[in-house]
Amino acid sequence: MSRLLSRLFGRLPIGWLQLTHSKTRFASAIAGVAFANVLVFVQLGIMNSMASATLRPYAFFQADIMISAPDANTLTEGGNVARQWLLQALADPEVTAGMGLFIANVTWQRADKALVLTTFGIDPALPGFLDPAIAAKAQVLELQNAGLLDRFTRGLPRDEAAAIRPQTPLTFEVSGDTVTLHDTFAGGGGFGGDGYMMVSDQTFLTLFPARRSAAPDHILLKIAPGADPERVVTRLGALISDKSLRIRTFEAAADEDLTYQQTKRPTGIIFGFGVVIGVLVGLVIVYQVLSTDVADHLREYATFKAMGYPQTFFLGVVLEEALILGVLGFVPGFVVGTTILTVMGRVTTLPLQMTASMAITVFIGTIVFSTLSGAIATRRLAAADPADLF
Amino acid sequence: MTEDAPVVARGVNHWFGAGEVRKQALHDVTLTIPRGSFTALVGPSGSGKTTVLTLVGCLREVQDGSVRLLGHELKGARSDALIALRRRLGFIFQAHNLHESLTAIENVLMGLMVHGRADGPTERAAAAHALTLFGLADRMDYLPANLSGGQKQRVAIARALVGNPDLILADEPTAALDRESGLNVVDVLKRLGQTRGTTTLMVTHDNRILDRADRIVTLEDGRIVADSAPVG
Ligand SMILES: Nc1ncnc2c1ncn2[C@@H]1O[C@H](COP(=O)(O)OP(=O)(O)OP(=O)(O)O)[C@@H](O)[C@H]1O
Ligand SMILES: [Mg+2]
Repeated sequence: MSRLLSRLFGRLPIGWLQLTHSKTRFASAIAGVAFANVLVFVQLGIMNSMASATLRPYAFFQADIMISAPDANTLTEGGNVARQWLLQALADPEVTAGMGLFIANVTWQRADKALVLTTFGIDPALPGFLDPAIAAKAQVLELQNAGLLDRFTRGLPRDEAAAIRPQTPLTFEVSGDTVTLHDTFAGGGGFGGDGYMMVSDQTFLTLFPARRSAAPDHILLKIAPGADPERVVTRLGALISDKSLRIRTFEAAADEDLTYQQTKRPTGIIFGFGVVIGVLVGLVIVYQVLSTDVADHLREYATFKAMGYPQTFFLGVVLEEALILGVLGFVPGFVVGTTILTVMGRVTTLPLQMTASMAITVFIGTIVFSTLSGAIATRRLAAADPADLF
Repeated sequence: MTEDAPVVARGVNHWFGAGEVRKQALHDVTLTIPRGSFTALVGPSGSGKTTVLTLVGCLREVQDGSVRLLGHELKGARSDALIALRRRLGFIFQAHNLHESLTAIENVLMGLMVHGRADGPTERAAAAHALTLFGLADRMDYLPANLSGGQKQRVAIARALVGNPDLILADEPTAALDRESGLNVVDVLKRLGQTRGTTTLMVTHDNRILDRADRIVTLEDGRIVADSAPVG
């Protein structure tokens, strides 16, 4: 290693030799950086899985524009929208179709535990609004009290989910009504509920008698091929009488939902804060190690200064140390982080995983922040005055 | 003889501190040191010997008077010019100040690399030769922690000499050495003076060394009070 670095720098790898001089100190410094990395990886993993969980239900639908109540920050939050705005929207020449979307939680009381299903009421006559894989199975929803179940529902045994087929449907009771599950689709990874269910709007209104057909949760619109959704959104804003409504492209609605989850919801803020803490811990550890190291070698540095080594030489040594700590701390941090995310993902069935982009981001971040710590630590070099050596 | 003298000091005054505690450490010091000579600087404690070395060694700013080092005026010189000049000097401090993480030979190599030389076989051979001169051939790959005080000091001397400096500045370098190696150091320095024209300015109280010096300059209260062989 020493020879390799020597080749690399064209000089003695003083930083490396200095860092590894005390093995225990070196090991604990690496462990500290690795710990900071693990912290960041776990928090990022949770944030990422929150993001994919937030965006997951948007993928069940194919729409260009969504009209929601002014307080509807997420799919499931906020009030209803009057169906009359759907009719007004259809007056726009480029709006080709519209569908009311109903959303509520259905509790499936099973022998062992209750499963909370985020349930969407859709119009089976308009399969174009559904993801093709779901649309292919949507016809069965025309039947009264029929449902399609998320086969990745948390707490539902996989073999039991696999057994749900049109020939072998499964039924369960919801406050006096019997829901018949005819088939399944790939949902998965919710933070809010255990899984998802698709029913027709008619079935939805049966299950939730308090809800009105004239007031869905959201209105989904499709526009003519080639039309610019942004421009249609602008026109609809002028066209629809209720100016308080949120009229957005479907994409923007998903983005805003995610931003809301990550910056306004306590959980999102906590995990975001966790990343900041991880970065700070790493920064402080590297700074602490390097500045102690500089302080411990002031006499040697002063001697080198007297011999004629320029300031850049010392910066090089400290940055060399920072890079070594960053790179060597990242490796175990990555391994442990991946393990923790995998185990946590298995236990919680949340989509927790190490991604290449996370690894690259954290690696670059580690290098940048280590270098920054090193740069701050070099301020102590000024204390090395060669005139004090005699 | 004085034209190519590595050190020419004229009317040097130096003060430490400011205001009430301001104290003059050097008074009108004028001194020329010819090339290849071995000069010993003596005087009681606090007389200003170390101050002279730090001024000549570009480690302190010249406040008043003139110091010409290797043909360059130090007063008002830019710091990068001072750094470049320091590379032509060999410093031997009272404490060895070896780098604890570097082996003996690596410490000596640091004296070569300051000249932009790489860690190559030629450099290793030069460093090994310098260590051999001081009887450390079998200690090259030892860390300082595994060397005796005298051995460490000899490594430090090898480090100061390996880059072929024009001027060696030493402050009581033989304090940590036994009689034999102390004399060996002086012999090596004197030989370098004859063969390469290397000049030595050494603060010492060691009579054995004073016996072999070309010249003895005595300081008292910041003034030169005696000079066994005045120049210029
Ligand atoms: N950094 C400093 N700050 C303040 N005063 C100093 C400093 N360095 C030296 N002095 C003072 O300057 C005077 C000369 O000091 P110097 O170290 O040059 O003496 P010296 O001859 O080397 O003494 P010694 O034999 O004890 O090493 C002394 O009075 C000392 O107290
Ligand atoms: Mg002194």
